[in-house]
Amino acid sequence: MKRASSLIILAALLLSLLSACGGTAAKPTDSPKPTVPVATAKPAATEAVATEAAEVTQTGATEGPEGTAVITGTAVMTGTAVMTGTAATTGTEAPEGTAVMTGTAVMTGTAATTGTEAPEGTAATTGTEAPEGTAATTGTEAPEAAKAVKIPAFLATLTSKVSGLKLGTIKIASQTPLSGDQSALGIGIRNGTELAIAQMNIALKGTGVTFELAPFDDQAKPEVGSANAKNIVSDADILCVVGHLNSGVALAALPDYSNAKLVMISPANTSPKITESGYTNAFRVVGRDDVQGPIGARFASETLKATSVYILHDKTDYGQGVAEFFRKEAEKLGIKVLGFEGTQEKSDFSSILTPIQAANPDLIYFGGLYPQAGPLLRQARDRGITAKFLGPDGLDSPELAKLAGDALAGTYYTSVAAPVSQFPDAAQYASDYKAKYNGTAPPFSPQAFDSASFCGAAILQAAVNAKGKPTREQVVTALKGLPALAGITASYKFNAKGDPDPGTYYILAANTDPAQWDNNKLASRIEIAPPK
Amino acid sequence: MAAEAKAPIRRVSSQRTLAELLRVIFLPLGQLFVFTVGSAAVLGVIVVVLAFLLSRSDPKIFETAVAILPQVIIDGIVRGFLFATIALGYTMVYGVLEFINFAHGEIFMVGGFVGAGVAYLLNQWGVMSTMPALLFVIIAVLLGMTVSGLLAMGTERIAYRPLRNAPRLVPLISAIGMSLVLQDAVRMIATNTPLGFNARFETPDFGKAFQLASIPLGARSIPVLIGPKAVIFIVAALLMLLALNYLVNATRLGKAIRAVAQDRATASLMGINVNQIISLTFLIGGALGGAAGVLFGMNIGTVNPYMGFIPGIKAFTAAVLGGIGNITGAMVGGIVLGFLEAFVASYLSLFTGGAFSGASYADIAAFSILILILIFRPEGLLGEATTQKV
Repeated sequence: MKRASSLIILAALLLSLLSACGGTAAKPTDSPKPTVPVATAKPAATEAVATEAAEVTQTGATEGPEGTAVITGTAVMTGTAVMTGTAATTGTEAPEGTAVMTGTAVMTGTAATTGTEAPEGTAATTGTEAPEGTAATTGTEAPEAAKAVKIPAFLATLTSKVSGLKLGTIKIASQTPLSGDQSALGIGIRNGTELAIAQMNIALKGTGVTFELAPFDDQAKPEVGSANAKNIVSDADILCVVGHLNSGVALAALPDYSNAKLVMISPANTSPKITESGYTNAFRVVGRDDVQGPIGARFASETLKATSVYILHDKTDYGQGVAEFFRKEAEKLGIKVLGFEGTQEKSDFSSILTPIQAANPDLIYFGGLYPQAGPLLRQARDRGITAKFLGPDGLDSPELAKLAGDALAGTYYTSVAAPVSQFPDAAQYASDYKAKYNGTAPPFSPQAFDSASFCGAAILQAAVNAKGKPTREQVVTALKGLPALAGITASYKFNAKGDPDPGTYYILAANTDPAQWDNNKLASRIEIAPPK
Repeated sequence: MAAEAKAPIRRVSSQRTLAELLRVIFLPLGQLFVFTVGSAAVLGVIVVVLAFLLSRSDPKIFETAVAILPQVIIDGIVRGFLFATIALGYTMVYGVLEFINFAHGEIFMVGGFVGAGVAYLLNQWGVMSTMPALLFVIIAVLLGMTVSGLLAMGTERIAYRPLRNAPRLVPLISAIGMSLVLQDAVRMIATNTPLGFNARFETPDFGKAFQLASIPLGARSIPVLIGPKAVIFIVAALLMLLALNYLVNATRLGKAIRAVAQDRATASLMGINVNQIISLTFLIGGALGGAAGVLFGMNIGTVNPYMGFIPGIKAFTAAVLGGIGNITGAMVGGIVLGFLEAFVASYLSLFTGGAFSGASYADIAAFSILILILIFRPEGLLGEATTQKV
């Protein structure tokens, strides 16, 4: 599913993929440092709408389903994706959807050619009822890249319509650990939400509606999360919750949200239970743990070109679960499974490695966590086993690099989250965050930004539909009915369960230096529809 | 005068001829060798026969089974020596006090951490890469032995001595508590130092693994490898066995230990300081555990505060299998258990066509066989052959 504008890939990512492919794709040469102009389009769009200063820009913007937004996106062949999104509005009463393209360096070897076809994703809405009037695509090479509308552009289509509704102040709550040892991530989510609200408020200036953040501290404890949830639902102004960091806390708070039919959009919860427990109000913007196995198998088959695999797992719910999903998908893809072994051994893996040495697989898949993977990997390399090594996000820790050191070469892991630097559209966000909070944006905070943006979009859409302040239930309905929108992390819409469709997963190549762990290179990025 | 004072001592040791002394010290090595070769041969034959029977359905099974056999035997020996070295500490203490020191696995773990700490410091000072590997091993092992030995002595003084006359279950509970305390105390210390919870055990470059042979399998050939660290481990374990045998069987201290083991009250009437001897027993047992911890940590490359628990349980099993209280028995039990685990882990999956994961069920299979052995030989493999304790 190569859809959505988010497929723009920085040249660096493209390069890493190409090299991972073993150079099967066209080789970009002499690529200059990639620039990230895409994200700059977002505030441009916002401001253009907010300040009516946005007059028609140079490229004659016309009305109509296409062309209101002008895109000059060009993926240049050398691997530099150069795109400049200019948002143009006609400056009339109804500031029109200004859309911004997003170029399209698709992750395949063919990416090299897309540059010649200036991607013309233009999302233009004529300000009519139907938000679906949106994507008019003329791009042939990557038609799907233009389908998703950027969230600010989408909001812009709604602003004129809500201005008469006198909505007043609407609160968006965040609930994450703001104290305790997980507070770094929790505060990042709160800040990401706050930033999104601030930017939406700039866009909504003069429309009589303001969003306000109501931050709550769940202390990463289920009981605290549940108690806070009762406070949240009793505040009638709160129409949406961004949270939680921990799946266990979210599951404890969900019954309360659910009784009040209050939308919860999680920026970080990957447990399948969040959306599998029958809550109609539970949404998330990240992928699911149970898809990591199949994603790994696809990566093994498509990128690593593995034909045989030896699967190990740690006999835990998580490790064995992910390994079994991997096996199923690997067999489907024609990868020969040479062995499937579970072990709780933490230190001496010799008797597990001997059969692997005899089986000589292309790839070793390990479903488990880094404390086991580190020594396993080192001992495998000491034995002269050169197979590539792949695992789920249980391997995602600089500790792995500390434990395995040089043995980590050729190791990949799948993840539902990538470092902020790996989101092509999040560069602007990263610098905004730094400017406001004086620190780098932690993981999951861009997802929180997107969650809050979706909250805003759903609330405004619901207000338009209801022609007044919407009920919480109407917000749930509106969120489900939103078209695919492009946030800063990915583009998707929500399926009936509340999972993002498509979910985006990342495969990263592990760095042998622990200090460089945050700069692990993206080896591949796979979008996949969530489980039905 | 001085010469006269020494004379009786000389006479005591000369009561045994040199040949007898050598026999006492080196006989265990022979026993160990016989058991190692014996169990390798028995298990090897079983594997070959099974593989042959199964090869009628899939001819590749026989080929693969035979090709990995030498490596499996080496894995088994290395694993066995791990259990054996830890089991020595269990058996020492049991022999003297008839008390199972469940904290011994943690003493082993502390040794590993001391080794990792020494390695970390040497690395920080930048002398690691230039120093000879053997010198590093000796420094790390000596420090590990010292710290672990003193720690074992300390736990005995704090947690066991006050309970010595209490019912037998009481010190056992105290030992389990000590084990938990040590785990979490080390965790607290480790996580507050640069070592971290999962501490990397840096080592100088020991060079490449020795390739003993290369066995063709299809178009490829499988090397039979033994790492230099594993060789050091085995050599050190054998030295530990020899030294312990010498100490117990051929010195005055050993005689005192044996006397305390036989009858504490009578030994004290003979002028032996029982408390001191018991302290020394813990010191020796702890030092052996610490040495094992350093060597093990070095061999696998990482240590963590909970790494002692499972090997501790298995080493205890090995000590019981060999005949608890018997030093050579502990070694033999460890070797046999190591072989069982390595064989089951490597072959179960192959022989069942992948239906059973060998590594998952290695413990079940190994312990079932253990139960069988103990049903038929409740006193353990060597429990009867040498009746003397410690």
